[in-house]
Amino acid sequence: MKQPLVKIEDVYKDYQLPKKYLFQKAPFFRALHGINLELNQGSSFGIVGESGCGKSTLARIVMALDNPTSGTVFFEGRDLFNIPSAELRHLRRNFQMVFQDPYGSLNPRKNILGIVAEPLDTLKERLSFAEKKERVSQILVEVGLNAADTDKFPHEFSGGQRQRIAIARALITRPSLIVADESVSALDVSVQAQVLNLMMDLQDKYNLTYMFISHDLSVVEYVTDHVAVIYMGQIVEQGTTKSLFQNPLHPYTQTLLRAVPDVNPLNKRREVKERIPQFEMTSKSCPFLDRCIKATKNCADNAPKLVENMGHWVACFNPDVA
Amino acid sequence: MTLLQVKDLSVTLITAQGPQEVISNINFSMDAGDKLGIVGESGCGKSISALAMMSLLPPDSQTSGKIILEDQDILSLNSTQICSIRGNRIGMIFQEPMTALNPVKKIGAQVSESIDLHMNLNRKQTLERVTELMDKVGLAVSRFPLNLYPHQLSGGQRQRVMIAMAIACNPKILIADEPTTALDVTVQEQILDLIRDLADSSGMALIMISHDLGVIAQTTQNVMVMYTGNIVEMGRTVDVFQNMLHPYTYGLFSAIPHAGSSAQKKRKRLSCIPGQVPELHLRPQGCNFADRCSKVSHKCKAIEPAATKISDQHQVWCYHPLTQEDKK
Repeated sequence: MKQPLVKIEDVYKDYQLPKKYLFQKAPFFRALHGINLELNQGSSFGIVGESGCGKSTLARIVMALDNPTSGTVFFEGRDLFNIPSAELRHLRRNFQMVFQDPYGSLNPRKNILGIVAEPLDTLKERLSFAEKKERVSQILVEVGLNAADTDKFPHEFSGGQRQRIAIARALITRPSLIVADESVSALDVSVQAQVLNLMMDLQDKYNLTYMFISHDLSVVEYVTDHVAVIYMGQIVEQGTTKSLFQNPLHPYTQTLLRAVPDVNPLNKRREVKERIPQFEMTSKSCPFLDRCIKATKNCADNAPKLVENMGHWVACFNPDVA
Repeated sequence: MTLLQVKDLSVTLITAQGPQEVISNINFSMDAGDKLGIVGESGCGKSISALAMMSLLPPDSQTSGKIILEDQDILSLNSTQICSIRGNRIGMIFQEPMTALNPVKKIGAQVSESIDLHMNLNRKQTLERVTELMDKVGLAVSRFPLNLYPHQLSGGQRQRVMIAMAIACNPKILIADEPTTALDVTVQEQILDLIRDLADSSGMALIMISHDLGVIAQTTQNVMVMYTGNIVEMGRTVDVFQNMLHPYTYGLFSAIPHAGSSAQKKRKRLSCIPGQVPELHLRPQGCNFADRCSKVSHKCKAIEPAATKISDQHQVWCYHPLTQEDKK
């Protein structure tokens, strides 16, 4: 079998919280709870969930910007958290990130040449100025900007163009993995469509792998071929985009899908019944217990594990097989 | 009875490139209980029109036209008279609940602010009113005491506080400017339900401003689509969303990835509107959308189109409204 490009193995991440009392053991917040994922070369993997569910933490760990508390990430078979730092630095050229806010992620005091060439400088690629400029101009044309834009500054560009610059900066090191953390959610729909098309074209051209993090389900459905739904640091449902969107099994996935407002004014939303939590939440219970309409005693006592069901994986004792 | 009438409203702001007209000649009217949506991309003037109704535009801006609320023209009032309307007869929910609330004031004090200003109640009555409001927006005082600070609440709860503030004086009109943009879908659903229920139960008119076509589709009866300070299409939400006529409206719709796209065998490219929104000082003569439009003609570039009535309630500002064949 082909080796996956990225293999995330049983990753836990705890963040320490401030102590309330001097001699107390420091409390912690578990942001990720045993995440296992595999990303294949050339695919797009979507990560979906509400704010605070740990999707950005996962992105930071895949980018080796943060250490997991336990577990590890393999990139092309190499353990990112167990190699010499010089080697990690060398490896970093293969995975790059595009951030959410195109206004905050570009340094306003640097020109576009400086911004896009920065990864080359950091990675100690010894290029002459002319070579560097040549490479930057090339990549700018690739992302739909002008080669002559190298001397301009970020404020001269619109939001969509800035996001193209951010993509150019990620592409300049010729990476195989791009982590896109909410990369199109700050853009207007017509611009968002342009940027999404660009990302697809680049993927076809360079056989890129995307890890696509978003709260916008229709974008994720459109872009990705595999999806994982995360709730409170745990994967609750995972599988191919097609099977998961056509046949959502976990009550949480269904809640998410139902909450997206329909653009057809005639399709009125179904009313959701108010529900009072019946079971007390413990550290052993299913994380979705207090919001679930199908909660039983079993859910309160044991947390369900991911099991295969109808072509994808779901962590639920009472999946909705309709 | 007509509650709000906006007549030939134009707004000019002073920018680095000199005075620029950001809204030109918009007209619409609303009755009590109406739900109007304003949809468009950033820079189309949807928020500026809301600010004009609240008289919250920057001091050096110039306005012309009329905004008539019941029988008063808001634009001709002095600042004291405006104060008696703002927050009292018109309430507004702002976009960013993280920044719109004052971080150093308790939520109870923030909600009671406009009550103190407009309602002439004593302390006990004010407290009762605030308690009632918090109940209405789903933050029962037993669980969410009034002495909490905004940072102790989540994004959705803060937006509920904002709603309580906006409806504190039983306004005639509630303006919601992108009320759910910063929120998760599940929370967005709850907030939209809340706003809709409040409007239905009290007969308030609602102006819902959003860039999200789904939000507009699910909360409004009438809609106006704006582009670069002009209305390009207006009508009943069902008519406009089912049978869109302006190329811009159609472009907006085709740019959203539709649910069910994973079912298709091969991924299709998203259709997108070419080019980008022209900057304020670079807006062309004639139709502002001409440079991005697929059906552009010489006439479009010379003279700005006037409203064409398609039916009683459906109007479009375009010389070449789309036909069924164009949409294939």
